[in-house]
Amino acid sequence: MAKTIMTVDDSASVRQMVSMTLKNAGYDVIEAGDGKQALGKLGGPVDMIVTDLNMPNMDGIELIRQVRANPKYKFIPIVMLTTESQAGRKQEGKAAGATGWIVKPFKPDQLLGVVQKVLR
Amino acid sequence: MSQEELNRQAFKEEAQDLLGELENALLELEESPGDADLIDRVFRAMHTIKGSGAMFGFDDIASFTHDVETVFDRVRNGEVAVGRELLDLTLAARDRIQDMLFETEGEDRDPERSKAILDGLRRYLGEAEAAPTPEAESPAESGDEESRFYRIRFKPPEDMFHTGGNPVHLLDDLGELGPCRILANLEEVPWLGECRAETCYAWWDVILCTTAPEREIHDVFMFVEDESELAVSPIAEPEELEGDQYKKLGEILVERGDISADGLKRALSEQKRLGEVLQESGLASAERVRSALAEQEAVQEIRGRRKESEAASSIRVAANKLDDLVNLVGELVTVQAQISQKVAAKKDPALTALAEELERLSDELRDSTLGIRMLPIGTTFSRFRRLVRDLSVELGKEIELETSGAETELDKTVLERMGDPLVHLIRNSIDHGIEPPEARREKGKPETGTINLSAAHSGGEVVVTIEDDGKGMDPKALKAKAVNRGVLSPEADLTDKECFNLIFEPGFSTAESVTSVSGRGVGMDVVKRAMDELRAVVEVDSVPGRGTAISIRLPLTLAIIDGLQVRVGGEHYVIPLALVEECVELQAQQVSGGANKRIIDLRGEIVPYVMVREWFEVPGNPPPIEQVVVTSTEWGRVGLVVDSVIGEHQTVIKSLGRVYRDVEGLSGATIRGDGSLALILDVPRLVRSAAQEAQR
Repeated sequence: MAKTIMTVDDSASVRQMVSMTLKNAGYDVIEAGDGKQALGKLGGPVDMIVTDLNMPNMDGIELIRQVRANPKYKFIPIVMLTTESQAGRKQEGKAAGATGWIVKPFKPDQLLGVVQKVLR
Repeated sequence: MSQEELNRQAFKEEAQDLLGELENALLELEESPGDADLIDRVFRAMHTIKGSGAMFGFDDIASFTHDVETVFDRVRNGEVAVGRELLDLTLAARDRIQDMLFETEGEDRDPERSKAILDGLRRYLGEAEAAPTPEAESPAESGDEESRFYRIRFKPPEDMFHTGGNPVHLLDDLGELGPCRILANLEEVPWLGECRAETCYAWWDVILCTTAPEREIHDVFMFVEDESELAVSPIAEPEELEGDQYKKLGEILVERGDISADGLKRALSEQKRLGEVLQESGLASAERVRSALAEQEAVQEIRGRRKESEAASSIRVAANKLDDLVNLVGELVTVQAQISQKVAAKKDPALTALAEELERLSDELRDSTLGIRMLPIGTTFSRFRRLVRDLSVELGKEIELETSGAETELDKTVLERMGDPLVHLIRNSIDHGIEPPEARREKGKPETGTINLSAAHSGGEVVVTIEDDGKGMDPKALKAKAVNRGVLSPEADLTDKECFNLIFEPGFSTAESVTSVSGRGVGMDVVKRAMDELRAVVEVDSVPGRGTAISIRLPLTLAIIDGLQVRVGGEHYVIPLALVEECVELQAQQVSGGANKRIIDLRGEIVPYVMVREWFEVPGNPPPIEQVVVTSTEWGRVGLVVDSVIGEHQTVIKSLGRVYRDVEGLSGATIRGDGSLALILDVPRLVRSAAQEAQR
């Protein structure tokens, strides 16, 4: 069965790029515009989350924290999108429970590389 | 629309919204300058434009926005206060982004204006926050094909599972880099009662043999490297023990830092197996000893495998064994041809099938046998470097040798026999061709002369070219000299090409003075003879003052070729199949018209032809319908008129011996299926001689 990945980003274009890349690779994709929306759409089977950090309403760090608090998603891979190599944000994200990160800007291939690395 | 364009389109739409949002937020911010929420909105809009812009190829926008974003990061952190001027600048920046995005497809066509805005904004920046340096692509580490052993100790963070990680995946990734031996260390796993199921207690020792650079090993652990204990170290392989025994157990443990050298000494003083002693004395745990022993085993095993594959990849064979093999294959091919001929006459289907099978096998055997004998020409090239260096020093010239096509393959015999002629040609270029540095400077040439040695495939031949940028040759001077030396009669009317070919005449030398290198008038004719023996065609081209190029067209092999058998009267000839383009009938009306109008009309193209019957003076009359074999030569298409075409024939080339050397147009002979002889046509030479004759 195809695995389901949730992409969370307030930028519609990034969301579209992530979503199209993953769909072309055979994944099912759920899109969410910010942390709040993402939590709202969670509930069914989600095998992985790709989330931006800077978002209105609820940012990525908080989202990761809340997802990890849910026993159902305690062990799923969560990858955060960061700009440049903001070491501070990366550490914050890791502390909140992120599995890894992708530095923006990235190419579709790089995204798939990371997904295949953490999701089996 | 491609996906990329779709994404760009989506970004543009989104950016439009973001720019609107940015404008609103900025205007509101003017009303209430301290509003953290508004500042956040401005920052986020900038951030998204920058991040997504870079992602979809709007690099100018991304770099422009970077500084604006940085300023607002400082505003957000309370380091800079929002003022009228800052808002003006930011609004100007917003408009600039809008222009770039919608007017000029994301390109910054007005850098002056951008710079003015950025200069204004930079005043709000801290000192060290200049524009971002684009992340340089780390240069790929040089691909060292040699595989190396690495010792990897990976101790994941205890809470690895809580961040969605899985050490097993990482170990799998390592396995993809090369053969590896993974040993789990379980000494830290507590008793069952104290065990927490979600904690990772185990750690691993991995012995990996890989050609990948060390960086790639670290990349596997990218996401957990900071939290893990990770040690990657290349294992130095002791050369002197090659193939024998790998390091001793004690050495490995000390290298790993599991025991001290002192401890090792103490343990060794007891006369027991080291592993047992270390465990009993508590110097190293059983797990660690086991792991070190596994390294010993793994390295030995993988190295053994590597050796095996190295051994299988090539063997050295005495050259004469190969020659024998080729001779045997040649005879086999001849016998096979005889069998095919007999079988064809019998019309027995079972026999025919067998004969065809035999033909297929002998074809393949021939190809692979000849393939074994092919060597890259680069092996001869390398010795010329030294030659050029030594000679140019001796003569006080500055010469550089450039080579290309070193990977072009030629038959071993051809290579061996052309080595000496090539040496001679290069010597000539150095001695006669390239001028001394002063003379070159006067002529406005670079002081360092260049000799270009190249090899390339061209049809069924290999063309080797020696080209220098020296003084070249003057055809008139050559002719005068030839007349002077008595090689040529004064009345002879020669083309430039023919003049250049004079240098190959015996007793001809172009050098004014005899030097230690060349110039005694022997040599070039020797080169020519050697080339003739190889059935090679040598061509000289030269422009006075610019340089000389000598190209040698060599056959790929001297042993066996695919040929087209034809008949003229009672004689059989073989035309190398690589040169044959097609066969057509010769229309009777085309024959008339005298010796000067020997052309056929091949689908609108005029193709000259040579009557083989006349050329070799075969007695008898031609049949009513003759055949034309159209061949491709360096002069274009040329037809050879024969009585009939018999068919393809594997041709084992036998040389004709010295008596026949001067017969123009024959390169050898072969034995036909019925044991009779067929002569192999040397098409290029035949065509050339015929052309010369026609001109006279």
